[in-house]
Amino acid sequence: MSTGMPPPRSYPAKPADVYLFGTCVLDLFDPEAGVSAAALLEREGIRVHYPPEQTCCGQPGYTSGFPEEARRVAAAQLSLFPEPWPVVVPSGSCAGMMRLNWPALFADDPQHLPAARAVGERVFELTEFLVHVCGTRLDDRGGSRKVVLHTSCTARREMGTHLTGRALLAQCAGVETAQQAREAECCGFGGTFSVRQPDISAAMAADKAEALEATGAEVLVSADAGCLLNINGTLEKRGSRLRGQHIATFLLGRLEGRS
Amino acid sequence: MQSALNFHRDARAVVGNPVLRAGFRGAMDFLMAKRAAQFPDEGAFAELRAAGEAIRRYSLARLPDLLEQLERNLTANGIRVHWAETPEEACALIIEITAKAGGKLVVKGKSMVSEEVELNHALAGAGIDALESDMGEYIVQLAGERPSHIIMPAIHKTKEEIARLFAEKVPGVDYTDSVDALIQIGRRVLRDKFRETKVGLSGVNVAVAETGTLCLVENEGNGRMCTTVPEVHVAITGIEKVVEKLAHVPPLMTLLTRSATGQAVTTYFNWISGPRRPGELDGPREVHLVLVDNGRSGAYADPRFRATLQCIRCGACMNHCPVYTRIGGHAYGTTYPGPIGKIISPHLLGLEATAPLVTASSLCGACGEVCPVKIPIPDLLIRLRQQSQGNAASPLIPGAGAGRKRLMATAMGLWSRLYGDPGLYRLFAWVATRFRFLAPSRQGAWTDSRAPLKPAARTLGERMADRR
Ligand code: SF4
Repeated sequence: MSTGMPPPRSYPAKPADVYLFGTCVLDLFDPEAGVSAAALLEREGIRVHYPPEQTCCGQPGYTSGFPEEARRVAAAQLSLFPEPWPVVVPSGSCAGMMRLNWPALFADDPQHLPAARAVGERVFELTEFLVHVCGTRLDDRGGSRKVVLHTSCTARREMGTHLTGRALLAQCAGVETAQQAREAECCGFGGTFSVRQPDISAAMAADKAEALEATGAEVLVSADAGCLLNINGTLEKRGSRLRGQHIATFLLGRLEGRS
Repeated sequence: MQSALNFHRDARAVVGNPVLRAGFRGAMDFLMAKRAAQFPDEGAFAELRAAGEAIRRYSLARLPDLLEQLERNLTANGIRVHWAETPEEACALIIEITAKAGGKLVVKGKSMVSEEVELNHALAGAGIDALESDMGEYIVQLAGERPSHIIMPAIHKTKEEIARLFAEKVPGVDYTDSVDALIQIGRRVLRDKFRETKVGLSGVNVAVAETGTLCLVENEGNGRMCTTVPEVHVAITGIEKVVEKLAHVPPLMTLLTRSATGQAVTTYFNWISGPRRPGELDGPREVHLVLVDNGRSGAYADPRFRATLQCIRCGACMNHCPVYTRIGGHAYGTTYPGPIGKIISPHLLGLEATAPLVTASSLCGACGEVCPVKIPIPDLLIRLRQQSQGNAASPLIPGAGAGRKRLMATAMGLWSRLYGDPGLYRLFAWVATRFRFLAPSRQGAWTDSRAPLKPAARTLGERMADRR
């Protein structure tokens, strides 16, 4: 599905239980975001189950042209979600990988295809889940803050998560959302692209950093862990004061009067 | 032969050139805004796009039949049809046609397929001059360069550069950077040549099988001149450009002009249906069509890649591409730059010559989102990466495996083993977090422009286990 938004999906009623798939990036680099995502879900009265054997959706191998390697990684996740509960993923591109690309990845693997499809259909990106399934109402206790939102390209184009991210920020009375120039333009991450085409990736990241800095926002928020690694790394190297925070961490902070 | 083997070097040079960068950025912003203004209603765009996609898919599904029908009806209309499997064959055919007409000069309208087969070079080898009559192509030819964009060949040049070029290369011209004056100069030079030449060459936007008609859109009128003034008109195009019916033309041309230049219609729309008929006062005495394969039938035969041939060459994918915007068209080293170049060039030139291109995308999807015929460009790139890495199931495309590097393959193998084994991964993650102070400050290309990555103190898995 790389030609724009797939047909609108229908959302289930709010469940009593969900699985949380934390993603490999959050596991190693931003566990706070995963814990915050769990807290946001629990606030909705949902029990959060975190299968401890989870590792990665397989995206790095898939997008680099190593389907066999990607299948091996993705296949290791398929048996971790036995109950028919939704699988909530606090990272747009990983959610997109599981929901939209697993069927292609396992197309010639009849042993795993049914499970890949069945799990993929139950996958929701965190902000999508909060808005469309939970109908979340946020009670903002934070002070006034100027914030800018970045959404990963695939999540924006495949799942419209820029809209759900915006909707959640709009619920925070104290938050002013700044507009960045060329909001929909890629930050230059692209997984292995960032190291295989370092010059082009760096140019894209620098332009993105500049556009974000120019908004005068105090905080960058994003629901995408990979983009945040790239943008934060670039901002830090540039000596910028701006830093990105996962949207789950940011929103939880607002509810608790911290961020 | 064209190749992308210097891609990294050439891309880096542009990335480091602020003038070129700003030029491309400004031009692409302008083109994106013009296109967006033509598609104000998302629903209407979606419908038109679905129609365009359906027409292209339908045409490709029947391609062999349509090509036969096209040949029959063109022949009945008096247009001679030639088939060229390779660029060399295409050039030889055109040289032969020109020689028979006693031509020493070919005046050309805009044709990317003629660039693809390197026609000008071949003509020169046969002692025949080629003159580009499209203003952008003319500028590029004067400068001894290649087009950097399929719709705007000279988009990489500033007005001042063009002014200097004209003053230097066109006899009797003083420096002027008035765009109107420059266009007038170009037109004057070309006018004389149209009268002089025996052979005019053009591309084709769509060929209609049921009527044997060639359609050509353009804005400068040079296309009409090339196809009507000289004694002989040679059209050249790829075998995929055929549709069945006249009714298929309007949706495709609407999508093409709106996506390409943000125009609802072009200034000129040429329907070419044969040479001058008895009693007619003008028009060429001979019309030829050269249909070029050059690797297209390979892409056609593989259902994983057939969608590549849906392309109507609007250029929207490059206008919206964050990579093209940073590096322009020349760095690709191939006739077709940008996203369409990345997906078509491997079929035309093989993966040995194009392997660097298939990695040159963040897979952001901007191209697939704007493509008027819904080519899933990012998906095709992923499939090409599998081919390039030697990881694809057959059929293999030429040069499969050419992009495989031992380091990358080993890294992917390790990654797969680690992340495919939860126990092993937990051990690794424990070590990575506990020894995070050992994270190197230099991490390959990543830290050239970014601060180093440093694992958290404890993994998410551990923290979630604590919460229970
Ligand atoms: S791939 Fe699509 S967007 Fe790109 S030139 Fe072809 S038709 Fe236009």
